[in-house]
Amino acid sequence: MADSFPAGSAVTAAPVPRLALRGITKRYPGVLANDHVDLDVSPGEIHAVLGENGAGKSTLMKVIYGVVRPDAGTIRWEGAPVRVRSPARARRLGIGMVFQHFSLFETLTVEDNIRLALDTSSASGLPQRIRDVSVRYGLTLDPARHVHTMSVGERQRVEIVRCLLQNPRLLIMDEPTSVLTPQAVLRLFDTLRTLAGEGCSILYISHKLDEIRTLCHRATVLRAGRVTGECDPRLETSASLARMMIGGNLPHPVHRTAHAGAPALIVESLDVRTDDPFGTTLRSISFEVRAGEIVGIAGVSGNGQKELLAALSGERTLARDSAVTLCGTPVGTRDAFARRRLGLAFIPEDRLGHGAVPEMSLADNALLTARGGALVSHGFIRASAVRACASRTITAFGVKASGPDAAARSLSGGNLQKYIVGREIGQHPKVLIAAQPTWGVDVGASTQIRQALIDLRDRGVAVLVISEELDELVEICDRLAVIAQGRLSPAKPLRETSAEEIGLLMAGAGPSGDKVVS
Amino acid sequence: MRARLELRAQPSRVAMWAAPVLAALATLLVGFIVFEAFGLDPVAAFTAFFIEPVATRYGIAELLLKASPLMLIATGLAIGYRANVWNIGAEGQLTLGALAGGAVALALGDAGWPAALLLPAMFVAGALGGMLWAAIPAFLRTRFHANEILTSLMLVYVATLLLSWLVHGPWRDPEGYNFPQSKLFTANALLPSLIPDTRLNVGFLVALAVVALAWLFVNRHIVGFEMRVSGLAPAAARYAGISARRSIWIGMLAGGACAGLAGVGEAAGPIGQLVPSMSPGYGFAAIIVAFVGRLHPAGIAFASLLMSLLYLGGESAQMHLALPSAVTGLFQGTLLFFLLAADVLVNFRPRVARAARAR
Repeated sequence: MADSFPAGSAVTAAPVPRLALRGITKRYPGVLANDHVDLDVSPGEIHAVLGENGAGKSTLMKVIYGVVRPDAGTIRWEGAPVRVRSPARARRLGIGMVFQHFSLFETLTVEDNIRLALDTSSASGLPQRIRDVSVRYGLTLDPARHVHTMSVGERQRVEIVRCLLQNPRLLIMDEPTSVLTPQAVLRLFDTLRTLAGEGCSILYISHKLDEIRTLCHRATVLRAGRVTGECDPRLETSASLARMMIGGNLPHPVHRTAHAGAPALIVESLDVRTDDPFGTTLRSISFEVRAGEIVGIAGVSGNGQKELLAALSGERTLARDSAVTLCGTPVGTRDAFARRRLGLAFIPEDRLGHGAVPEMSLADNALLTARGGALVSHGFIRASAVRACASRTITAFGVKASGPDAAARSLSGGNLQKYIVGREIGQHPKVLIAAQPTWGVDVGASTQIRQALIDLRDRGVAVLVISEELDELVEICDRLAVIAQGRLSPAKPLRETSAEEIGLLMAGAGPSGDKVVS
Repeated sequence: MRARLELRAQPSRVAMWAAPVLAALATLLVGFIVFEAFGLDPVAAFTAFFIEPVATRYGIAELLLKASPLMLIATGLAIGYRANVWNIGAEGQLTLGALAGGAVALALGDAGWPAALLLPAMFVAGALGGMLWAAIPAFLRTRFHANEILTSLMLVYVATLLLSWLVHGPWRDPEGYNFPQSKLFTANALLPSLIPDTRLNVGFLVALAVVALAWLFVNRHIVGFEMRVSGLAPAAARYAGISARRSIWIGMLAGGACAGLAGVGEAAGPIGQLVPSMSPGYGFAAIIVAFVGRLHPAGIAFASLLMSLLYLGGESAQMHLALPSAVTGLFQGTLLFFLLAADVLVNFRPRVARAARAR
């Protein structure tokens, strides 16, 4: 392959595609995830697969990677028909995959996790190779660390490095950039372009349309399990791509000028020493969120977000009452339930197991955070009121679910997130804290969630958003601060800062030493 | 062709209730093989084991009598189990309950208290005794993170030795021919019979009442809901501000109180005094009952009947078939084994998939 990959025209002329899918069909109970999907990927091509959550992208990738067996259809690898029976088989063929939902053993170290995915023969000098690859691609990793102590963003680095160590000929990247700084994203793109230039094909799944337009040579669009279009994304606009994806026009969040009122959430000299040897100790964090404004906190994951959220939500109680003041009441020593009664609502990053109980119905999950209200009388649950409350949320936020009795785990990630956001807003909070509110959520649902946060602000609620997606923060926030190594920069009005400045704050002080600016 | 398991989108309600039935059938099959291996006629053996014990009115009364403590204890344990509080020491809590209730009976029986006052006092004392014993593992768990499985189990043996010391020593009946037994309870300290000429007593009604209360607590009360959340998703419980400490305390104390009540039921019912061993392992068998009954009060009521039948069948098999008493334990263990195996069907659906076509 040539050093610089030529434009789309050469791709279609390539005689033998590296990967060719024909008529791939996969049915899950109650849903047709893939419906006769065809896909060709040429050598050295960066091929985007676009689609909303639940469109079948992840299932299709799992079919290619041997995690899921298709009910029908054929796979050809470099012209020859193959049966990809297992991920190990896929790796032997030369297929690597970085999952959106990480497949790491939490109790093992980084090195052990990577060793498990490699052929045993190639495992000598592994820690050094891990360091080499991670330095080369700017994904700093300590091979001896245990995965359970790592944040979401750090875990993704393990996944990426693990794949790159295997010198794949087809690399599948499932939403890879959601937790990287803008500078790191640019560097990742350079890496991917280099890889493609070396002849490696890349399947790139993302909901970030700008990225796809910047990076990819070709795009296949999926909707409800079917291929609905193919295009050269470099010739499209974000709006036209989004239209292909959701089959309609993209609603833009309406952002009116903030009319900030009195401070509703005040954090004053908050210090939290972490119990986790790899956690981040928070150092004298002070900020306030006023009624009717959205304050954003940007930062690369693992810089104290987890600890700050626990301290604010009351999942971790503090030694000093005055560290956190909620609507005029010092609440530092009070637990999460007490803070909720004072008007706090919280949307956590993890939906399953944190924001919702996977095995329980949506109705029971409504009760989870509404126990202080009218759904309970004299300690007894008003079952019909609980179901009605869940139904209201389902209707109001267009949650795709069979009804209030559907188990939380049966919903797709985006739908469950909409439900959780709707549930928390339904509490009529005075202060709302949202962590990564649109992480892994499709474009349509993301827009809806952001709009809901803005509407809430316009009704005079104080909103705090902690996110690693800078675009999102820039889109919805009135003021923005950056957390790095457990310290928080002063919150600035959006006009007085720039994405570049924020990105530098995130990267410059980051523990990964991401100091290089592309 | 390849058999595989596929995660269900929703836990199957059908499979949830079919699993115990399936497990019971598999247990019967194993029983069939065991009887064959002993050279017994399986039909005759099954008749002796499962039909004869309940063929008479007296037999049915015995079935309900033995089901009562199992029902009581399993109901209490299930409240904790739903919150991942693993109280394995109900046998010891039963012993302490019998001891405390027995102490009241022995101290006040002669004072002429009417049964309508004395029996409730005994039950209250028994419940408190069981709770006291369960409070020790609860404290160790919440204060020192000590595993309650180990501490509650170890306390079983301490409780047994404590009772043994009392009936060998201070509480031994001076007119009891030196047997290690307390005095017989006076008539006002014995539970009245429900059906004439049988041993079934009002303890059964107490058990039913506790099952009804537990159902209300588990399914309708917010604290029951909170404990279920604690068990299913501890992080979600913290998120919602549900106290893990409180779930542990309630879970342990509920188990202890119910086991204590069962202890009084035994002491003031079929036994009528304090003896070194107050139960043929009801506290342990109730663990199986709780799981066979799906940790649900109504399910537990039925499961306790099944387990009670295994006890009666074991006795009958000893008498009529000359089988060792261990056969009861064998059936109990087999039943739990198959139940846990069948439980996989609640969350997974078996599928026979043809090999993937890729040509």
